[in-house]
Amino acid sequence: MTRQTARILALHGGLLAVLFAAQFVLPAYHHGNLARIMVLASYAIGYNILFGYTGLLSLGHALFFAAGMYAMGLGIQYGGLSPAPAFLAGVVAGALISGALALLALRTTGVAFMIVTLMFAQAGYLTILYFGEYTRGDEGFVIQTAQRMLWGINLSDPVNRYFAAFGLFAISLSLSLWMVRAPFGRVLVAIRENEDRVQMLGYDTYVHKLGAMVVSGTISAAAGAAYGLLFGYAGASFASVQYSIFPLLWVLLGGAGTVLGPFIGTLFMFYLIDLSSGVTTAYMLIAGVVLVALTLFAPQGLAGEVRRRVWRGLP
Amino acid sequence: MSALLSTRALSKHFDGLVAVSDVDLDLTVGEVRALIGPNGAGKTTLVGMICGRIAPSSGTVAFDGRDITALPAHKRIGLGMAYTFQITSVFARLSVRENVALAARRRLAGGHVDSAVHEALAQVGLEERAGEEAGNLSYGHQRLLEIAMGLAQAPRLLILDEPTQGLSEGEIARFTGLIGGLRGQTTVLLIEHNMRVVWDVADRVTVLNFGEVLAEGTPQEIHENRAVQAAYLGTEAG
Repeated sequence: MTRQTARILALHGGLLAVLFAAQFVLPAYHHGNLARIMVLASYAIGYNILFGYTGLLSLGHALFFAAGMYAMGLGIQYGGLSPAPAFLAGVVAGALISGALALLALRTTGVAFMIVTLMFAQAGYLTILYFGEYTRGDEGFVIQTAQRMLWGINLSDPVNRYFAAFGLFAISLSLSLWMVRAPFGRVLVAIRENEDRVQMLGYDTYVHKLGAMVVSGTISAAAGAAYGLLFGYAGASFASVQYSIFPLLWVLLGGAGTVLGPFIGTLFMFYLIDLSSGVTTAYMLIAGVVLVALTLFAPQGLAGEVRRRVWRGLP
Repeated sequence: MSALLSTRALSKHFDGLVAVSDVDLDLTVGEVRALIGPNGAGKTTLVGMICGRIAPSSGTVAFDGRDITALPAHKRIGLGMAYTFQITSVFARLSVRENVALAARRRLAGGHVDSAVHEALAQVGLEERAGEEAGNLSYGHQRLLEIAMGLAQAPRLLILDEPTQGLSEGEIARFTGLIGGLRGQTTVLLIEHNMRVVWDVADRVTVLNFGEVLAEGTPQEIHENRAVQAAYLGTEAG
């Protein structure tokens, strides 16, 4: 058991060490990409807690991502907040909105849950458009360099931005790893496998699902707030249905219900689109074919295949 | 002796079909009670109402002197009931160890979980299969795992729904010994089709027929009861 734990810590700590070191060797282009990937992977980690570990398929996570982004952005733009409290406002907004949506959506299961989450996310998107006077709607608004000074550190500087993205990713990954190995996370996995049985073991499954949704929404909102802060922009497109589908794809590709899967999936898809768009304008065709092939030959996702073939204890 | 579990006029109707009708059942602390009856007599529906899986149409359930009719299932389990499923319902993709650990973790933490898991698996004879995926176990071993999950909860009332179905002779003998070992500490409500097991382990037997209590008594009394023979043991009594 302890050897297992040591291997797990070595693997996940190893990834963090590689990512930390990577910034000293990567060329500027990939350096910037990786910062973006780490923030988006944090979003995928949040999504994975609800989808991969608890077995609840949400189609409305863009609502949480955008809640974090807009609470942060509007806080800076109109509330005159500095980045730290603005980021915190984003995180709190995500926790509140995911908690409120959980109270409503968890009355349903399965397809109904997907539809309810999708509908609320669409309502959120339309709300952003409706208040276009403040949110600038689809066009969005830029968060100026001067507004992105965190304790004297300029977050628009690539090196600082990389460190900030790395910090967010490291916290999200560690939290996710800790949670799925803790009793709470074990119950979530059991709910995914057989909710009825969990109830008959004396656990309140509703409370556990509620907790999972709040943690998931809060991490997603933190990623949204960080994205806006680090890349200097907030726009309604981040609240669109597309941004609810992305984390689902990343998690499916990387391996739902694995701690590393969200990062692997995000990295894979980012570079798949990046490389194929260098070859042809029909890059979505290439991406589509690869995605179909992966679902055919690695239905558990990349990390899921590793778990199936190589290491069954992979968390 | 005080009653651990009492039902009063407990009934369940499914659209006009009467599954369980006016059942009064009293289990005293520490007894092993068998619930028998022909297929469709309402046994599983009755225990479903006792542990909160099925809402009764009318009547009450009391546990340890407290009316629990309105409590959801998980809270009843929290009070000290454990229920093992008739159709095995283990976590097929999780390890045998994790299945039992989930049952134990609700009341224990840290190293105590490991020892409780080890003990429960040893009691049913599955300790060597602890690392396997539960779905890979044979049907009989999944039944034993169900029982281990019940034991790991250290319940005050253990409800077993046809636990010996699909077990080999040797496993049944072990099960009988296991229930014998619980006698006095844990109250057991056992739905059972295997009459040998019933005669071996039960202090008292309740016979259900068409949703009603047909008879109740010691195994000996039930064995000699003419109404029971007619309804249920007909051919054997011959």
